[in-house]
Amino acid sequence: MKDNVESYVTEDGRTIGGLLMEMKSITLRFGGVVAIKDISFDIREGEIRAIIGPNGAGKSSMLNVISGFYRPQEGEVWFRGKPRPSMKPYQVARQGIARTFQNIALFEGMTVLDNVMTGRLTHMKAGLASQALWRGAAEREETENREKVEKIIDFLEIQAIRKTPVGRLPYGLKKRVELARALAAEPMLLLLDEPMAGMNVEEKEDMSRFILDVNDEFGTTIALIEHDMGVVMDLSDRVVVMDYGRKIGDGTPDEVRGNQDVIDAYLGVSHD
Amino acid sequence: MPEQLLYAVEVTLNGLMAGVLYSLVALGFVLIFKASGIFNYAQGVMALFAALTLVGIMNGQVPFAHLINAIFGTEVHHFGWHVPAVLAIVLTMVVMVGFAWVVNHFVLRHLVNQEPIILFMATIGLAYFLEGFGDLMWGSDIKKLEVGLPQGGSFWIEENTQWLGFGNENFYGFFLDRLDLVATVIAAILVIGLVAFSQYTKQGRALRAVADDHQAALSVGISLNFIWVLVWSLAGFVALVAGIMWGAKSGVQFSLSLIALKALPVLMLGGFTSIPGAIVGGLIIGVGEKLFEFSIGPLVGGATENWFAYVLALVFLVFRPQGLFGEKIIERV
Ligand SMILES: Nc1ncnc2c1ncn2[C@@H]1O[C@H](COP(=O)(O)OP(=O)(O)O)[C@@H](O)[C@H]1O
Ligand SMILES: [Mg+2]
Repeated sequence: MKDNVESYVTEDGRTIGGLLMEMKSITLRFGGVVAIKDISFDIREGEIRAIIGPNGAGKSSMLNVISGFYRPQEGEVWFRGKPRPSMKPYQVARQGIARTFQNIALFEGMTVLDNVMTGRLTHMKAGLASQALWRGAAEREETENREKVEKIIDFLEIQAIRKTPVGRLPYGLKKRVELARALAAEPMLLLLDEPMAGMNVEEKEDMSRFILDVNDEFGTTIALIEHDMGVVMDLSDRVVVMDYGRKIGDGTPDEVRGNQDVIDAYLGVSHD
Repeated sequence: MPEQLLYAVEVTLNGLMAGVLYSLVALGFVLIFKASGIFNYAQGVMALFAALTLVGIMNGQVPFAHLINAIFGTEVHHFGWHVPAVLAIVLTMVVMVGFAWVVNHFVLRHLVNQEPIILFMATIGLAYFLEGFGDLMWGSDIKKLEVGLPQGGSFWIEENTQWLGFGNENFYGFFLDRLDLVATVIAAILVIGLVAFSQYTKQGRALRAVADDHQAALSVGISLNFIWVLVWSLAGFVALVAGIMWGAKSGVQFSLSLIALKALPVLMLGGFTSIPGAIVGGLIIGVGEKLFEFSIGPLVGGATENWFAYVLALVFLVFRPQGLFGEKIIERV
């Protein structure tokens, strides 16, 4: 494991840079339930960082802390070398952190295209008045955003359903549209909560390939939650393992696989 | 054409025009309900308050004159100027946006994630507060609202429809109020404007996003507080238009806030989340109650307009609880 923060080049030729995100002694409670117990870890620029652990371990909670949906009682979140003040989710999004949800949160009434376009909202500058009075600027901006969105739609191979209302799509495609919307924001950090849950083998393979391609082609840093050890080993550079709100392992897939606590935690639960 | 039929047509046309106003008030409800799930009981009072403010500004009334005079022993009532209608409308809109901000900042912001019934109760409180506040600010006397909208019947329509009587001496052509005609045109422009806003602007897209899914909206960087202020401002604008129409017709008085109650059956018909539903629902209620009064009213001693809308809505509710265009109500779990 690379403990220093000097950048290095991976075996497959990607550059991993300095610290993008640091979680410092995070504790999160819901009434009596301690969802996260004093956890610290970091995410480096350009890497694919996985968070794994059995159900209820606190993985989603951790992602929600990063994206501002949950506010930890203790600990600090550092972003790009500075402590981040307490932020609302929309402010976090505007900082360049996009996410998907474990239970899919799409705009069901809108088409795929419109859904992905909402991902561009943080990049749209034209004010209300100028949009009303000077359509030219607004239209130019709209066209630029449309072009970016169409590229992402091509990239994720969802051209065929561009105009389909999202509510009508099957589960696997919804997951892909949600990824498209997150990508449309051109995020610095992409948070994926169980991007492959509930998918069949073929869909899982597609999604794995997209995640790797996003990271490789756009250099996007990715933190993802996954239940399935096998998938995680293939995808990620480093892994955090959680169990009952505690961190029980942190390192490369190989290091984590050999960790006795991790093995125990995984033997203690049934999973698919 | 037989005389009865001609009258029925005229009644229908007038019903349509009355319905436009119901549609407008209902539209204000739908905007807020769709975006935030709040049933805004104060919508009718907002129309009243907007109209009061407009008249007050136009007449150069000193706001809170009673209060000021009581405290300082002065006798101020008027600034002594008159503000042109267009400028006064703009200033009133500024007041309504301010109101939206205040509502969000001091009330709604503190009630996020509360049960809908709690939010509903809050808007009831808001309604009575605003009613009293409007009274305190502008006085409770009935005021005339003259923003330069045409009054009286449209002779043009009357003359050009007279031939429909085919020589019938008792038929002078359809009688339509010019104010109603203008109201219809303005309502149509308003609806087109709202649709254009929601389809073609960044803020409109954000608004639709919030109406669809709060979590997802947050994740793409939309500030819910901004959207709440925006929808309440839009609802305030719709209230202002409704207030102007009603005020120009019947004077600005507290009964104006009661038209909010007529919006209820409209919403039951049209569905709480559908803009086309609010429009069509308003027109159906308008036409329905006028036609019912015209045909059945004389048999039952009249005054059916007081209850017809509610009974129609009740019948409708039994057979199609989600309204004409409303989405099927499925509780999210
Ligand atoms: N919004 C919430 N309110 C109350 N408890 C919560 C909430 N979110 C998560 N929890 C609790 O926190 C713990 C961790 O949950 P979660 O982060 O969803 O786990 P994971 O994603 O690893 O399955 C669970 O006990 C869960 O019940
Ligand atoms: Mg989870």
